[in-house]
Amino acid sequence: MHNSVVVFHVNGREVSVQGDSGQSLLDVLRNTLHLKATRMGCGQGACGACRVMVDGHAMAACETPLWSVEGKHITTVEGLGTREAPHALQTAFIEEQAMQCGFCTSGILMSAAALLQRQAQPTRQEIVQVLDGHLCRCGAHNRVIRAIEKAACKSAAV
Amino acid sequence: MSESLKAHPRLHQWLGLSAAGQVQAFSGKVDLGQGISHALRLIVAQELRLSPAHIDMVPASTHTSPDEAVTSGSLSVQHSGAALRCAAAHWREICRSQMARRCGVDAATVRCANGEFSVQTTTQTASYAELTTAQMWHSTIDTTQVQSPHAAQDIGASPTKPKAPRPDIASKVFGEFEYIHDRVLPSMCHGMVFRPGTLAAELIVNEMQALVHHVQAQSGVLRVHQDGLLLGVLTETEYALSRVVKHIEDSVAQGKFWRCHAEVPDANDLPNWLKAQPLDTTVVADTSHNPPSNAAQYVHAEFHRPYVQHASIGLCCALAQWTADAQQLEVWSQSQGIYNLRRDIALAFDMQPEQVQVSHVEGAGCYGHNGADDVAFDAAWLAQLVPGRPVRVQWTRQAELGHAPLAPAMAVAIQAGVNTEGHIAEWTQTVWGQGHGTRPGRGKTPALLGTWQTAQAQPVTMAVNAAMAVGGGSERNAQPPYDIASVKVLNHRVLNMPFRVSAMRALGAPTNVFAAESVMDELALRCAQDPLAFRLAHLHNTEQTRAAAVLQQAAHMAGWTAPRPTHKPEGWGRGLAYARYKNTGAYCAVVVELVVEEKVKLHKLWTAVDLGHVIDADGAINQIEGGALQAASWALCESAQLNPQGIASNNWESYPILKFSDMPAVEVALMSQPYEPSLGAGECSSGPTCAAIANAIFDAIGVRMRAMPFTPDNLLKTIEADHTSAQS
Repeated sequence: MHNSVVVFHVNGREVSVQGDSGQSLLDVLRNTLHLKATRMGCGQGACGACRVMVDGHAMAACETPLWSVEGKHITTVEGLGTREAPHALQTAFIEEQAMQCGFCTSGILMSAAALLQRQAQPTRQEIVQVLDGHLCRCGAHNRVIRAIEKAACKSAAV
Repeated sequence: MSESLKAHPRLHQWLGLSAAGQVQAFSGKVDLGQGISHALRLIVAQELRLSPAHIDMVPASTHTSPDEAVTSGSLSVQHSGAALRCAAAHWREICRSQMARRCGVDAATVRCANGEFSVQTTTQTASYAELTTAQMWHSTIDTTQVQSPHAAQDIGASPTKPKAPRPDIASKVFGEFEYIHDRVLPSMCHGMVFRPGTLAAELIVNEMQALVHHVQAQSGVLRVHQDGLLLGVLTETEYALSRVVKHIEDSVAQGKFWRCHAEVPDANDLPNWLKAQPLDTTVVADTSHNPPSNAAQYVHAEFHRPYVQHASIGLCCALAQWTADAQQLEVWSQSQGIYNLRRDIALAFDMQPEQVQVSHVEGAGCYGHNGADDVAFDAAWLAQLVPGRPVRVQWTRQAELGHAPLAPAMAVAIQAGVNTEGHIAEWTQTVWGQGHGTRPGRGKTPALLGTWQTAQAQPVTMAVNAAMAVGGGSERNAQPPYDIASVKVLNHRVLNMPFRVSAMRALGAPTNVFAAESVMDELALRCAQDPLAFRLAHLHNTEQTRAAAVLQQAAHMAGWTAPRPTHKPEGWGRGLAYARYKNTGAYCAVVVELVVEEKVKLHKLWTAVDLGHVIDADGAINQIEGGALQAASWALCESAQLNPQGIASNNWESYPILKFSDMPAVEVALMSQPYEPSLGAGECSSGPTCAAIANAIFDAIGVRMRAMPFTPDNLLKTIEADHTSAQS
């Protein structure tokens, strides 16, 4: 562990973070950059609650060390869309009321956004495959799948 | 009249107006991910003839909210909803009278719409804010105003309810929502409490002393506090804490700091372990004094479920802050019962309850008594070390799965006999299991894990069952819902608790319904009857109409009575089950279609539910589907792994739950019952889902599963056992 400055982009803005190189991206996002929507679920990369996009790929922020994101582009839920200009996934999740407690939602949105970015019209099977990296305990699974399918249709139509 | 209203009879205890003109509604029931505050908001909006957007549900707090005990048992709409409905109707009608006086007209001519009162003969209008006097807030709520003769004339007073999405969902989707984990208070520090994995343990003093010295030397560590079996650490940052946690948890897993020697119930023989313990036996129901039955054939079978874990996706978290003089304590918690937690925290620190305030902040999904209250004690205990500073404690995944109470294991034996006419003549159901409650707020000593582990340890709270009047615990749904002349139900509460157990969604209902509905299918088979027809034949009384209706509806949705598909795949099967939750709550029937290959693959679930008057249909459907899918996970894969050091299944690898790719499609139908009282939705589907899966497995491969979970291993064992008994 050593203290260093790491420069990267979060939600389109360049940030320069001083921290232990072994510090997790999750800790930096939540406690240094005060971006609280990325969730701590297990700290072992096993539940998907902390997924963010790193250069377009969904990754577990709890297992991503700070040093590894030097120069990379990170997107979190805060940067996915706004109330004025929502991402198709955000609109679809609201329309389908696709959650119960919503704790797993941020991570799922980022995985789904990464999927739609590389494949505008994924099959149901491809969606489910991506979602298997996420755990949901409330049983909102079918609503989540429906919302992603809906967002895929809409973004493909644009 | 609801108990909530009896205890809090005045208008200001339930409703208020903010300076910005928003209606504020106060409830003692809390959001646990189930969206209850939205259902309550819709009730208030409907009664006030206001858009739901004008109603703010004030987060529950001992500072402001009525004491409505625990948010549990699918009772929030019945209890808090009924109280808020009365309060809102009362307010509306006293404002209507005020408007009538002001305009010199009869109250019958005053209409209320969109929060405005008007009189047809004049152009005057007035709002709630304009009509409400200071005295009104202190008036006693007149519960008869819900049926006010003037109310029906209001525009928007029709039974069609305001349709509005849950506002928290948008806020969660845009990353704006603040869970308890996200709360930051000025000068906040971070803490963790380390503890042995079992209730009974012995400190390894030299190892602990070495650890204390080691941790004290780490950078960022503020305080290290050892007391009894507990080790508390406070740090300035969450990162500094995470480094300490990693160091300690690795050694904890190796049993370095405590000698633990819990008695471990034999996972391969749980029923006999339960039966061999000291028991507290009660007769739940007994009509066996009726003339002896003329049963011609019997089914005698025994069922069981292992210990099950809460396994929330979030971690238990709390914040606590003492005043500098250590006289007052403020706690922020995701607890299901803020007043109960306040009471036990006060007991733990030898204070008056009024010296402690607890405010609810939403956590991740909560499905029963998890570690929420315990982590609140942990935070308060650590915060004593830094009076004036707030302390945040968030359990780790290992602690979350390793220290939260388990759902009790259960065994259920049923002996049932049918007569020559194919009618069930007698039914005896016997239940063995620990009590389903060790919640705080109910005993002479605190029911908080940490208080049992300090040097001045309080006694461990033994698990008890709720009274039958509120549905019981292990005996929940142990009485068959069918027309049977001779019924006897016994409950043996196990008085030994080597691992802490407590309430998990639906308590004893899933196991009792799994057992009873499996036996119903076995009896139907003996009588060569269709499972649906056999059940309906035992539900022909007029008071069973609603039960029969949900069964018929679910069967209709699933095409039950149509010929079986001709090209069904190998291992295809379907099963059906029914229960009325607690025998007094929601009616629910489930049909499951599945395929048994190397594992059980669920294809589809059809569910028909009668909730009486439905407040928030989409929210109710969400809860019913969620309850069914969570129960499917219990039924197919969940079982806590125990060893003498504690709960070994303390990560997602060792405690798997069903994944997205395992989930069946689900169709939910709500029966239209606008004139029947509302019934809670959150727990009704659990039991019938477990049972319908077991019945579908039998339909698919002719194997009767009597023990959850129905894993490939357990399927194989059952097949082999069936084979052996067929040969002998």
